[in-house]
Amino acid sequence: MSNLKGRNLISITDFSRDEYIQVLDIAEEFEKNPKQPILSDKVVATLFFEPSTRTRLSFESAASQLGARVIGFSDPGGTSVQKGESLHDTITMVSSYSDLIVMRNPKEGSSRYASEVASVPVINAGDGANQHPTQCMLDLYSIRKTQGTLDNLNIAMVGDLKYGRTVHSLTQAMCNFNTTFHLVSPEELKLPSSVKISIKDAGLKYYQYTDLKDVIGTADIIYMTRVQRERFPDPLEYERVKDSCILTASMLEGCKPNMRILHPLPRVNEITVDVDSTPYAYYFQQAQNGVYVRQALMAAILGVR
Amino acid sequence: MDNKKELVVPAIPNGTVIDHIPTAVVYRVISILGLDRYEDEVLIGNYLTSKKYGRKGIVKVKNKYFTAEQLSAIALLAPTATVIAIKDYEVVSKAAVQVPDHVDDLIRCVNPMCITNHEKIPTRFDVVDKDNLKLRCHYCEKYTEKDAIHFVEHKN
Repeated sequence: MSNLKGRNLISITDFSRDEYIQVLDIAEEFEKNPKQPILSDKVVATLFFEPSTRTRLSFESAASQLGARVIGFSDPGGTSVQKGESLHDTITMVSSYSDLIVMRNPKEGSSRYASEVASVPVINAGDGANQHPTQCMLDLYSIRKTQGTLDNLNIAMVGDLKYGRTVHSLTQAMCNFNTTFHLVSPEELKLPSSVKISIKDAGLKYYQYTDLKDVIGTADIIYMTRVQRERFPDPLEYERVKDSCILTASMLEGCKPNMRILHPLPRVNEITVDVDSTPYAYYFQQAQNGVYVRQALMAAILGVR
Repeated sequence: MDNKKELVVPAIPNGTVIDHIPTAVVYRVISILGLDRYEDEVLIGNYLTSKKYGRKGIVKVKNKYFTAEQLSAIALLAPTATVIAIKDYEVVSKAAVQVPDHVDDLIRCVNPMCITNHEKIPTRFDVVDKDNLKLRCHYCEKYTEKDAIHFVEHKN
């Protein structure tokens, strides 16, 4: 077992396959017993330089349930940041007030930089379009929990595969587990070649589709993402493709019984509400799993697991 | 000596010769190395005949030797260049420039949202493809490719 004490989690590639599994095992323990005062002598700083509902509340809930005190801000307005303080100075100062920093910042690479400045570990809670590794960890947790394994699965990634950072990170992480990838997106939003190269480098296969119906019968996991109108320069083009990545309950006939639908949320219309009551919907439990995974990460990084 | 060729650009007694520079980047090499402000002899030849490259540029800098960091800048601009150190008119070393594994504080990240374009932070890149000059930002993880390379302003 690796010692994760003092480690940063900035990018999903910072942890090895065995380290992901180690964190997932710890998260399982917290799922059984989430309220344990093991961090009662710790202060966790949550620095959110842009608004976030789920991620921030999930981190704060995770830390609070383990007894840690939480300090920080959910919006830089009214803080020294708004007065023009550099990230360097903010992080240096907060390092002296806390045992762990959780940071979200719209500037890409800001968390890596913060981890180089901070004297305490840093967990990246999203740096712009770059990385959001704890989302990826909770996706892995949800996949393992619903399938009983991470190995040898058929995973369908659906929607905006070009800009969706969760898709990129999850693809990179699942390359460790002999996954077969089924990539469903409009032509304009296909997975970038740099991510496809990671799949090829891992010796794995991917198949590309433009219609979600083509993967329903094959997939163990359908990972849905939102196709945003603003990604299309031509509104007519959006109108043409917008329904090709929408999942409805009637489409689920013929899916595998073990198949589960994940979504990083927020959902808009890409999963119709009639799917929610099917046994295949897992996206709300997935969000709940975020608390256990974040508890596991904080406990491991702070050296109490 | 019978076989002694006439030098189009005169020899220097001591210093550095940068040969086989692509013609299009000769003046950028001069600028990046700060030779436009160098207060000693700098001899420049461009569009000279080259057996290997057809046409080439050459720069001879009297009484100046370059650091590894400066040479990596040359490698990014002019990967075909050869750097020759001269002492008392003799060649003391001659080597093709090498694209380094890492490039620190030398070029800008192409990603406008990268933290290095918003805070005063030295940039850091890993060179992921030396032949096609593709660099990955240590911070935002985006790729900067050959045609998008811009040097940071304070470097010379």
